[in-house]
Amino acid sequence: MRLEIKDLHVHYGKIEAIKGISVVVNEGEIVTLIGANGAGKTTTLKTISGLRKVSSGAIIFDGQDISNVAAHERVDLGISQAPEGRGIFPGMTVLENLEMGKFHRKNRKAEMDEDLDKVYTLFPRLKERVSQAGGTLSGGEQQMLAIGRALMSRPKVLLLDEPSMGLAPQMIANIFRIITEINKQGVTILLVEQNAQQALQRAHRAYILETGNVVKEAKASDLLNDPAVREAYLGTGAHS
Amino acid sequence: MLNIRDKGAAIWEKWNRPQRVTFALVLIFFVALLPYAGEFPLTSFLNTPITSYQATLVYPVAMFVLMALGLNIVVGKSGLLDLGYVAFFAIGAYTMGILGTTTGLNTWEILPIGIGLAMLSGLILGLPALRLRGDYLAIVTLGFGEIVRIIALNLKQTGGPNGVVGIPNPPAIFGQKFSLDDHAAYFWVIFLMIMLVIWMVRRFTVRRPGRAWEAIRQDEDVAALMGVNLLVYKLWSFSIGAAIGGAAGVIYASKVMFIAPDMFTFNVSVLILACVVFGGMGNMWGVILGASILAYLPERIRFISNSRQLVFGMVLLVIMNVRPDGLLPRKKREKIKQKEAK
Ligand SMILES: Nc1ncnc2c1ncn2[C@@H]1O[C@H](COP(=O)(O)OP(=O)(O)OP(=O)(O)O)[C@@H](O)[C@H]1O
Ligand SMILES: [Mg+2]
Repeated sequence: MRLEIKDLHVHYGKIEAIKGISVVVNEGEIVTLIGANGAGKTTTLKTISGLRKVSSGAIIFDGQDISNVAAHERVDLGISQAPEGRGIFPGMTVLENLEMGKFHRKNRKAEMDEDLDKVYTLFPRLKERVSQAGGTLSGGEQQMLAIGRALMSRPKVLLLDEPSMGLAPQMIANIFRIITEINKQGVTILLVEQNAQQALQRAHRAYILETGNVVKEAKASDLLNDPAVREAYLGTGAHS
Repeated sequence: MLNIRDKGAAIWEKWNRPQRVTFALVLIFFVALLPYAGEFPLTSFLNTPITSYQATLVYPVAMFVLMALGLNIVVGKSGLLDLGYVAFFAIGAYTMGILGTTTGLNTWEILPIGIGLAMLSGLILGLPALRLRGDYLAIVTLGFGEIVRIIALNLKQTGGPNGVVGIPNPPAIFGQKFSLDDHAAYFWVIFLMIMLVIWMVRRFTVRRPGRAWEAIRQDEDVAALMGVNLLVYKLWSFSIGAAIGGAAGVIYASKVMFIAPDMFTFNVSVLILACVVFGGMGNMWGVILGASILAYLPERIRFISNSRQLVFGMVLLVIMNVRPDGLLPRKKREKIKQKEAK
């Protein structure tokens, strides 16, 4: 498994939101994409999962250019996204949401129980609330559901869009711990985050995105100690 | 206000299979007897003052219920706003009208052709239109409804503004004859179709198409992320809805024996949509109730006939304020979503 984005450009109408970025995600890695509001993080993930069209450039997955593959077919290839702002189905129960995560698999009955168990092991809270409507879950629980549902499709690469958004500090730590756990189980992860501190601690490598451009690419641990990065994204200057 | 939907569902859940079957059979029995309700003292209040009660029961009541159930698949189940549903009704009716008067085919033979043509036109319209989002789809379907009517108005084969006359009634089937005044027979045919649609939709709801529609309705993008082929499932929804509209059209034309373009105006689309919204989008029982009331009441209380539309509009307004989700809304948990969305 290898995901490679080559000189990607993406437009919203005439506005160019992504201005030629290149990103590589290798098998087994956690790669994080950090950047300020409006930098283009969500747009990048949406383009990888097929919700936005590529203007130019390529998305190469397992050696195949998937730029023109429809979104619903990319799930079959092994790309799964937990969308920004949770994006669960509010009118479906927790269980129905999780089952939707397996929608694309034809023989889903056979794998269903096994994969539900896996998700419940990662998120015991979800098991307690199987028949509760998604829309009535707390923010943290919704985030768990979105990640759990994305895992139901047995992805090779998991795209996470700001899983820590709007969560209490304790819950944030919990979510990041689980992300590492998922990665250890063999799922490659591309993680978009505003919480650079946590993201950089958990990731192997990182890219910094500014207004549609990659301005820095490095090992995550190096960025954690980079004074300029600390100043801009960690809220602590070099002197502190 | 009393939540009949949840109460009803709770009772239904408690029943075992034999109890459910018994209930369904009893219900079917009584509905099948509806054409004779006007003759019993106890139920004779149902009689309509101007048109015959039996005729009212066939059109508009049963016909509206059938079409509202069809439109409910599109609007209620899949969240696709179709403002031109009358087009499929018209296509079914004209298929019956033209083939019935120019070929030797009878109603039962034309029925599958009418359904097929309605479905086909649904596919042809849907293929480009369903790629569009929300408002655009509404506009395109609205336009389609008008185009079908205008074509019928201008084509020689459709009889222009004079329409098609002398459309044959259906031949007898299972010993049941169909003549112009045999309203009960038509009622039973439409009732059979309604039951078929209910059965079909119930099957769909628990299977892949139903889940896909539900996902699309709640969030299109997320549905795509789950691997739902948006276009394919929307087309399914759209063309199944169209098929039901087409079937209704064939039976209608064959019953009234005469059709003309002014029977297929935008008003009909709006009325059917009102039935769906008024009854409770997405919940079949609500839609059936809504369509029955909206179709029947104006016939019953015609003493206000001059200001009928006005009174009707006011009643709708009041009810939609008291029960914004319709008389019998879909499952309650949906409400939570709407509250949160605000
Ligand atoms: N549907 C859209 N139409 C037009 N412009 C859009 C649309 N979605 C995003 N944009 C613009 O594209 C740019 C990148 O947006 P994007 O959502 O990718 O940012 P982001 O990095 O995810 O930000 P955030 O951290 O706030 O989520 C922004 O300038 C945004 O205004
Ligand atoms: Mg974003």
